[in-house]
Amino acid sequence: MHSGTTTSEAKVRNAKMKVYRGEGKDGSFKSYTVPVEAGMVVLDAIHYIQREIDPDLAVRWNCKAAKCGSCSAEVNGRPSLMCKTRMEGFAEDQEIEVQPLQTFPIIRDLVCDVSWNFEQNKRIKPFTPKPDADWTIYQEDIERVQEFRKCIECFLCQNVCHILRENDRKDAFVGPRFMIRVAGLEMHPLDSADRLEWLHEEGGVGMCNITKCCTEVCPEDIHITDNGIIPMKERIVDEYYDPVAKFLKRVFRR
Amino acid sequence: MTESTSGAATHKPLGSTERSDNWWLEPLSIAIGFGIFIIYATFRAFENNYYEVGNLLSPFYSPKLEFTWWHWSPAILILWIPAGFRATCYYYRKAYYRSYFVTPPACAVSGYKGFKYSGETKFPFVFQNIHRYMFYLATIVLAILWWDALMTLFKPGKMFHFGDFQFSVGSIVYFANVILLSGYSFGCHAFRHLIGGRLDCFSCGEQAKTCLTFWDRVSKLNEHHQLWAWLSLFSVGFADLYTTLVARGIWKDIVLFSAS
Repeated sequence: MHSGTTTSEAKVRNAKMKVYRGEGKDGSFKSYTVPVEAGMVVLDAIHYIQREIDPDLAVRWNCKAAKCGSCSAEVNGRPSLMCKTRMEGFAEDQEIEVQPLQTFPIIRDLVCDVSWNFEQNKRIKPFTPKPDADWTIYQEDIERVQEFRKCIECFLCQNVCHILRENDRKDAFVGPRFMIRVAGLEMHPLDSADRLEWLHEEGGVGMCNITKCCTEVCPEDIHITDNGIIPMKERIVDEYYDPVAKFLKRVFRR
Repeated sequence: MTESTSGAATHKPLGSTERSDNWWLEPLSIAIGFGIFIIYATFRAFENNYYEVGNLLSPFYSPKLEFTWWHWSPAILILWIPAGFRATCYYYRKAYYRSYFVTPPACAVSGYKGFKYSGETKFPFVFQNIHRYMFYLATIVLAILWWDALMTLFKPGKMFHFGDFQFSVGSIVYFANVILLSGYSFGCHAFRHLIGGRLDCFSCGEQAKTCLTFWDRVSKLNEHHQLWAWLSLFSVGFADLYTTLVARGIWKDIVLFSAS
């Protein structure tokens, strides 16, 4: 969590930080001054505040290696993992503002309630292997799916998606994270379930206007829109908007 | 899902954000870039003049459709196809939703909320789903533009008379244009789906394996779809500008090589 080898000579500057403190929406920003050490990330600065100044500062974190997806926050307005956001990335006189994800209810300080996402996950029909499945899987068949499996469920894509964030259409769209979960299942060579009707009627793939913010913030560099959502939109076109494709599909039974 | 679970920042006015970078630069640049092209293309489409000279035919007017019952510019009869292809393109959708519709203008920046957001589920945006049909039509137009580029290699009226072969600056402009247009068209997301993305199993049979080969190549083009989109937009405008300058006598199409 904290480099014990760093000496006072290595401290090159102090950073001014503003951190959201309080319960629910009733909180406010509190200012801190944090010594910056070489290689330090924003999560280190938050830990410094927690250790040296305000021990009751609430923050969710775990691996500090950008693999657990716990420390999602908004740093100077940019949805990011605090453990992946370097302090050197900010100008020396720039104030660093850290606040919780804005799309989900704030519990306290930097911790918010992301349980809505887990509820959406339950709505998706799980992997349903074909009864006569040959379990030898070739790399070319699974490569697309493996990209989606990199997801660490940090929910930064869910947070930045304007459908959920600005327009609050959680009633109509499950969000990009679950679009790629469905895409991974639909593209799986051994899966037999059909989720397209659900995706169209309930999942809300048509709500996405592919402005690609989900892709921009993904810390795993998953091409959520190009490789997940757009292919799903095209499959929906096959089913609902392209009579020729639907006819051919029925005739030739791929 | 319900009000109680919402933490959404729905109350914020247009453009409000905590971002401290120049987030507005990209949507503004795109709005200006598209704006210039749209104004230029509209002017040229309605001008109905200076679009053909020698073996050069402006891509805005190709194929040249002339009918006795049509009294306006022939460009109008053809331009709706490339315009429709680009308007429904997944890259352009991102660009104009951000730059013109501000839904949202940039990531984590408040967008326009004057209506209940319904994405592409209702009129008119539900028509974005015809993109693959616009792709089919645009491919026909592209084939004709390749023919026009080939035409520049021969003296006017001497197509495939190899004794009348020539190579001019106009040939470079026209070939660059069709190459860039092909890179854009064949990197299209809808084409990527049709050529192989629709399959779940790429190893199931020879046909699927062939689809995988094509899908891989289209995917490589698709990775840079935005770049192809901009380069081809510029090239098609430039090819028209070059043609009209030659037609107006402002510029001479310099022949670099001639067989005769």
